[in-house]
Order: sequence, then structure tokens, then C-alpha cells
Amino acid sequence: MPVMSYINAITLAMKEEMERDEKVFVLGEDVGKKGGVFKATAGLYDQFGENRVIDTPLAESAIAGVGIGAAMYGMKPIAEFQFADFIMPAVNQIISEASRIRYRSNNDWSCPIVFRAPFGGGVHGALYHSQSVEAVFANQPGLKIVIPSTPYDAKGLLKAAVRDPDPVMFFEHKRAYRLIKGEVPEDDYTVEIGKADVKREGEDITVITYGLAVHFALQAAERLAEDGISVHVLDLRTIYPLDKEAIIEAAKKTGKVLLVTEDNKEGSIIGEVAAIIAENCLFDLDAPIQRLAGPDVPAMPYAPTMEKFFMINPDKVEKAMRDLAEF
Amino acid sequence: MTQSNENQSSVSVEKLKWMYEQMVKIRYYEDQMVEVYTEGKKPVFNIGAGTVPGEMHLSTGQEPAAVGIGAHLKKEDTVTSPHRPHHHAIAKGVDLKRMTAEIFGKETGLGKGKGGHMHLFDPEVKFACSGIVAAGIPHAVGAAMAAKMKGKDWVAVAFIGEGAANAGAFHESLNLAALWNLPLIVVVEDNAYGISVPKKSSTSVDSNDKRADAYGIAGAYVKDNDPIAMYLAAEEAVSRARNGQGPTIIEIETYRYLGHFQGDPELYRDKAEVPGLRELDPIVKLKEKLIEKSTDEKELDEMEERAKQEVDEAYQFARDSNFPAPEAALEDVFTS
Repeated sequence: MPVMSYINAITLAMKEEMERDEKVFVLGEDVGKKGGVFKATAGLYDQFGENRVIDTPLAESAIAGVGIGAAMYGMKPIAEFQFADFIMPAVNQIISEASRIRYRSNNDWSCPIVFRAPFGGGVHGALYHSQSVEAVFANQPGLKIVIPSTPYDAKGLLKAAVRDPDPVMFFEHKRAYRLIKGEVPEDDYTVEIGKADVKREGEDITVITYGLAVHFALQAAERLAEDGISVHVLDLRTIYPLDKEAIIEAAKKTGKVLLVTEDNKEGSIIGEVAAIIAENCLFDLDAPIQRLAGPDVPAMPYAPTMEKFFMINPDKVEKAMRDLAEF
Repeated sequence: MTQSNENQSSVSVEKLKWMYEQMVKIRYYEDQMVEVYTEGKKPVFNIGAGTVPGEMHLSTGQEPAAVGIGAHLKKEDTVTSPHRPHHHAIAKGVDLKRMTAEIFGKETGLGKGKGGHMHLFDPEVKFACSGIVAAGIPHAVGAAMAAKMKGKDWVAVAFIGEGAANAGAFHESLNLAALWNLPLIVVVEDNAYGISVPKKSSTSVDSNDKRADAYGIAGAYVKDNDPIAMYLAAEEAVSRARNGQGPTIIEIETYRYLGHFQGDPELYRDKAEVPGLRELDPIVKLKEKLIEKSTDEKELDEMEERAKQEVDEAYQFARDSNFPAPEAALEDVFTS
């Protein structure tokens, strides 16, 4: 099985879906000849031409809105936002329009669009190139929100997102793009949206997380294994709708749960995960549910010292795991 | 609208000298940044490593827009700037030491290291940035509105790239500024590319000053990256704004000598393009003009030395400053 980077798996998913279905097209800023600022659409312009790989003006509201219109009228757009931070002008179109089209039209209309955006910090992007924005959308039923952690999941979930009859937000951790590599099958496959995945089986404590933090949890779990502490790692993969069954099962398995996100702690998706566990696992818990997250400040700061303070890393996850294991 | 040679000769030598010194300062500042930025990024280029980690968008070649309008602004006038802000900041008189420290991510920086080079804020001279394209335009409208409400003759200038003129915020802002007759000047720096996309592939008109008609306001076009023509267009626009006669859009044809960001492979443009642009250098042309007007070359040398010294001192200040404490990330969320 070929080994490829996270970003190459994303490019491959788009390429295969565009080959499979001529209704699939890509639009966004610099996605054409340049192949995107991170090169996620590299090669697609040469293969599919300017009518299916479309450079747009710098107008996110229009990227979303025009994509929504095309989706309602029979096309399958993949709209790229250059950075998740740039999505804010498009929030009206995504939340007020895309998420409600099926509901408000008595199920007569649908909006099969994928909104892709790189998110997350650790690259000194500072205030407008580092944020986690998923919680903004996770309070909006009607949108599915996918955040893969591995190349395998990225390809399978993006293909599933393109084929999904409803709008899907697909957030890609920009630090993972070239850092994370893994095996990706050459054949056509999809990964079901809404299903979490056990990335490591363990008995003593459970870590539930998503995105790049999955890898930090797995690295920390290796360290704890040397001391005989067995860590169970659940990768949410889809953060809306959450896989409640998998969350409950993972929490009950060890009775000690650590939730990790790079987003600000308060109001983040892990608060909802904690609520699911609290509602369903009261008599199975052996420790209070723990959360490890970014600090509650408006955006990720620039200075290396402060960015490091903000970001999740394997050391922070390891410490939180050890504290929980000792509880 | 383009300026005639006759008008050009009306600009005082003092103003020309001011513009020249500022342009030299900006150019030298950016040239130094090219060097400093590569520190710690070799042998494998890594944006996040080195003395100045993070993205870097330099303004080399785009000096005329900043100085042409800067020559007419007072401390109380507002400037908003986008992700490529160094030339605007310098021409507005932003504290160069604290600006450089911010770019280095140091605690002595304008934002105590929180923002970096795209996020420079200096309330002393009413200068602000945003890393989001077009986000600063409505802020300038708001500043113009505040000036009008306070009964002051202050103006507000929003600098944007040509790519931002296609964002909704541009159109919403100009309609309001026109409707409320506000002292606003939007300066569109047309450097021909929105990152990789040429203007003709993103914009329905060949120049954005034509869009002024849509709002019933004045528009001016400055060709050839000419600082004196920019000065004259700005003189009219600022005078119009100060006298309560409403907003203006000025588009200037300018040149981006460097990539969109440092490290940009620039595969979207012909390699021969930039050397051709550098032959039209506005600093060289302005220097020739000053010599033509009998300016002592020794005086020009002194101006260059003074500008360089100020820049060198700013870089040294940034190097000598400390990084903020990690926990400083928690500060300044609310008033304390």
C-alpha cells in the first residue's frame, strides 16, 4: 500500500472524485494554476482545466454562496477557503443558507457542497492564520463537520463528503499536511461520516480527541506504555454529528476520560463530548472528566513563546494522561 | 484622470525630499527584512523557523502609494492597512522600533508580540491593520464617521490591494461613505496579482477608480507607479475629504518586486517580469527629479544615511528585546 502525506491524500481524493463524477468541481482563491497556497489542489488545473478548477476573487461570501447555488442546481462543488480564519465573511451563507436548505424546503432541495479549509496552529500564523473554527459551526444542525487525523481517513472521508447529499465542512490541520504520513489504498473507498475510530486499544485511561492532537495522544500513549499504563485513544473524526455510541463505549471502557482539543476550552466541541459522557456514564466513571485545550483567549498569538503556550503538544498530553491515571 | 507634467512641477522640493527619504527608508527596511527573514531558515526553507518566524509580505516597489498620500496626512488622520503593511506604517510615522519588535515577536512590540508583521497597531498615529483581506475598509469608514461626528477635519485612508476590491466589504463600505458623505479615501494598490491570480482573471473592470461612478463619488487613476502623480491625486482627494466633499477611490498601478510572500516560487509569472519592473524604479526616478531640481547630491546622501540609521537602530532594538513570557498569552482579553 502506498505511503503518502495527509495533503497528498486530500489531493488524491479530489482527483478521483473529479474523474468519477464530472459534476464535481473546485473553486477558491489560488486553487487553479498555483494549486492552492498549500498545494492541496496541485495538478487538478492541468488535468481538469479552468472550468472545473476555478480561481475566484477574494470574496469568501461569494465562494460559499455561489457554491451553494451550484449545489442546489445539480453540481457538486468543493469550495476551498484558503485558511479557516478567512471563512468568517462566508458564515452567513454557510449557517443561514447551506445548513437550512433541506429543512426549509420541506426536503425538496438539497445542498451537496463540501467546504474545505486548513485550520490550526503551530506554524506561527498568528491571529488570522492559526485558528480552530469548528465550534462556530458545530452548533448548527444541518452541517456535517469532518476533521480527519490520518491520510487514510482524509482520503476516505473527503470522498464520502463529496458524495454526501448534504453540506459538509471539511477541516484539515495545516500542520498535519506534510508532517503526517500513512498508508493509503490505491483503490476507491470511503470512510463513513459520523463514525469515530479507535486509534489505539487500551485499558487504563481513555483519550478522546481529533485532528492533529490524535497524533500527540498516540505519542504520549507510547511513553505511558513504557510505565505500564495502557491508554485507549478514540479519534472523533466527525465532530458533528458526534458518534455518541463510540464515545460512551470508550468512556465506559476505562472509566477515566481525558478530552483534548486545540480549540479554546470554553464552548469547544469537547464540552459537548463531556456532556454526553456525563449523561450516560455516571456510574462507570472513576475520575472527573478532564479537558485539555487551548486557553480562552481570542486568537493564537504570534510570538513563539506564546504560541507554544497556546498549542497542544505531546508533553502536555502526557502530563494530563499521567495525572488522570494516578487519580 | 492622470496628472499633467505641468502639475507635476508644482510639487514643492521639500515635499519631494520628504517622499524620497521615506521611500528610501521603506526600501532599505524591506531589503534588510529580506536578509533577516532568511536567518534560521536554511538549509531547508521553513516559514515557521528563524529570527522572524511566520509569513512575510514585503512592499518593495510599492512605496509610491504610501508616500504619495502620506505626504498629506496628519497624525490625527487614520490609516488602515492589510497584510502588506510596512510601507504604509512607515509613511504614517508608526514607531519603527516597536514595529520591528512586533515583527520579531518581542515583548517591546506594538502588540507585545501577539500579532506579528500583519497586525501592526499604533494608536499614537492612528494606524491599524488586519490580516483579513478587505476587513480594514469598513473600519476606515467608521473612523471617517467618528471624525465627522466630532466635527474634526480628519480623514481616513484605507489601503487595499486590487484583490480586495472584489470583496463585499469594499462595496458596502463605499456605498455608506458616499451616502453619508464621509472623509474617506480608498487607495487601491494594483500590483497586478492577488497572490497568484492576475487582475484580469478576478476583476470585471480594468481599473477600480471606474467603480467610483457606481457610488457617485470621485475616482482617480495613477499610472506607472509614479509618486508625484500619486501625490497630486492624493492632494485632491484629501482636500475633498477635509472640506466635507466626500470620498474618493484612487487606484495606483504599482509593482510588487518580490513574491506574494517570502519563499513564494512565483510560478504564476514570467521570470523576466520583475527585472523589467525594477528598471522603472520610482526611487531612482525621484532621485533624478530631485537632482534635476538642483538638489545637492550630498544632501540626498545625508537623507539616505539618516533613513538607514533609523532602520538599523530599529532592527537592533528588536534583536535586543526579549520574547514575551509564555503566560502573556492570557493577557489583554478584557480590560484589567
